[in-house]
Amino acid sequence: MRAVRGYFQVQNFLEVETPTRVFSPGQEVHIDAIPASDGRYLMTSPEYHMKRLVAAGLPRIVQFCRCFRAEEAGPIHQPEFTMVEWYRAGGTMDDLVRDCEVIVEVAARAVGNWPTVSIPANRRGANQNNRFTIEAPFARTTVRELFSDHAGFKLRGDESSDELRNLAERAACRVGPDAGWDDIFYQVFLDRIESHLGVEHPTVVLDWPLPMAALARRKADDPLTAERFELYAAGLELANAFGELTDPVEQRARFEAEAALRRQRGGAVYPIDEKLIEALGHMPATCGIALGFDRLVMLVTGASHIREVLAFAYDET
Amino acid sequence: MASYDTSDIRKGLKVMLDGSPFTVVEFQFVKPGKGAAFTRTKLKNLLTGGVIDRNLRSGEKLEPANVETKQMQYLYKEGDTFVFMDTSTYDQVHIPEETIGDDSRFMPEQIVVEVLFFNDRAVGVTLPNFIEQKVQATEPGFRGDTATGVTKPAKISTGASVNVPLFINEGDIIKIDTRSGEYLERVGRA
Repeated sequence: MRAVRGYFQVQNFLEVETPTRVFSPGQEVHIDAIPASDGRYLMTSPEYHMKRLVAAGLPRIVQFCRCFRAEEAGPIHQPEFTMVEWYRAGGTMDDLVRDCEVIVEVAARAVGNWPTVSIPANRRGANQNNRFTIEAPFARTTVRELFSDHAGFKLRGDESSDELRNLAERAACRVGPDAGWDDIFYQVFLDRIESHLGVEHPTVVLDWPLPMAALARRKADDPLTAERFELYAAGLELANAFGELTDPVEQRARFEAEAALRRQRGGAVYPIDEKLIEALGHMPATCGIALGFDRLVMLVTGASHIREVLAFAYDET
Repeated sequence: MASYDTSDIRKGLKVMLDGSPFTVVEFQFVKPGKGAAFTRTKLKNLLTGGVIDRNLRSGEKLEPANVETKQMQYLYKEGDTFVFMDTSTYDQVHIPEETIGDDSRFMPEQIVVEVLFFNDRAVGVTLPNFIEQKVQATEPGFRGDTATGVTKPAKISTGASVNVPLFINEGDIIKIDTRSGEYLERVGRA
């Protein structure tokens, strides 16, 4: 933790704190928040408030905080976990990849495991010798490349759900009934692609289809693709980055679409964060990223279960 | 029978998939990116023994498999079928040789096994992991032949042949692993 903080200090980031109990914990269709009285919820991510700080004129900010999600605990999941989230106004996706490369390095050096770490044999994505090189540069690929290579079809991003279901079934994926576009996408992702990610080297997966990136801006040269990347390493999904959407009109439309989807699926519907939408109007072009700190520690220490890197896991409180 | 939800998944749960009964061998909760939650499962086909991976989205329904296991005692062989008796109800069932397969080599009369029923039809037999059997016939070991790892065949009362160390004699009781068909140790002398 000290090593990672040190990096942000050297890079002239301002460490900030934002409220834990918020009115709008995030409209993500698949993330449920934990109610915290007075109509507030425990934050699932500090994203909205941090963006308001960027809009208010802070170009480089970082936060180390606890996030809370109403979900099950597992070997790589905890309902309460530590997030490192940072924003670079004027920054690019390349800058964020570089940040990740250095952060993984300083964390690995801090625990004396550099430039290779061991991977527990039970982890998916463990390669044959169970050693994993975490030196920069990280491998890069795109969502489309992965679908072509491992699922055998070209993903455009504007397929209808039925079209996507057909493609998925041709790739021998079993799609359950009532699956939406995003469900089918992830069914293929889990069945065919995820096991190939970050097996030999940390891998940055760039260019997500627009429906998979609610808060990201479209790529200038490809309106069906959003500026988003996910970092995978040794079977762990470590970080998720966006080129932030700064168009308040489009953001409102996407929030409303997600709220509708949540309602349709019977989930709690959270209020739209009007203060965020207002702030987006004067936010500079910005890239932001969230990194799961507990998983980073798992990666560099070779832990096989998230409880090994926590003093008290959820079921030990 | 009521159907299961993905949250009911646990080791040993028996479900129907594509018309065959499966048992859950392993499962793990996963949540990729910002997507829906899935349960990653490893399932074993109870009819063929084949193991498959299946990612089930949270909320998907699963049909319970109509399977049950019963403790049954093997009584005798009648032509190509083996006759078993339920140790609690004394009901008898005939199970064809092909259902039991190679395991019949290690199935002495009176042994109690687990019989798996699918839709009330016997589809498989699981032997105890270890059995103890008397050696019926084997060549005597040669004095002075002390090289380690040297074995010779020995016939046991079920008719199966097992490779045993040279010091085993006819009439010895030996312990056999029924899964690998290998000799483990001598538990009694002639």
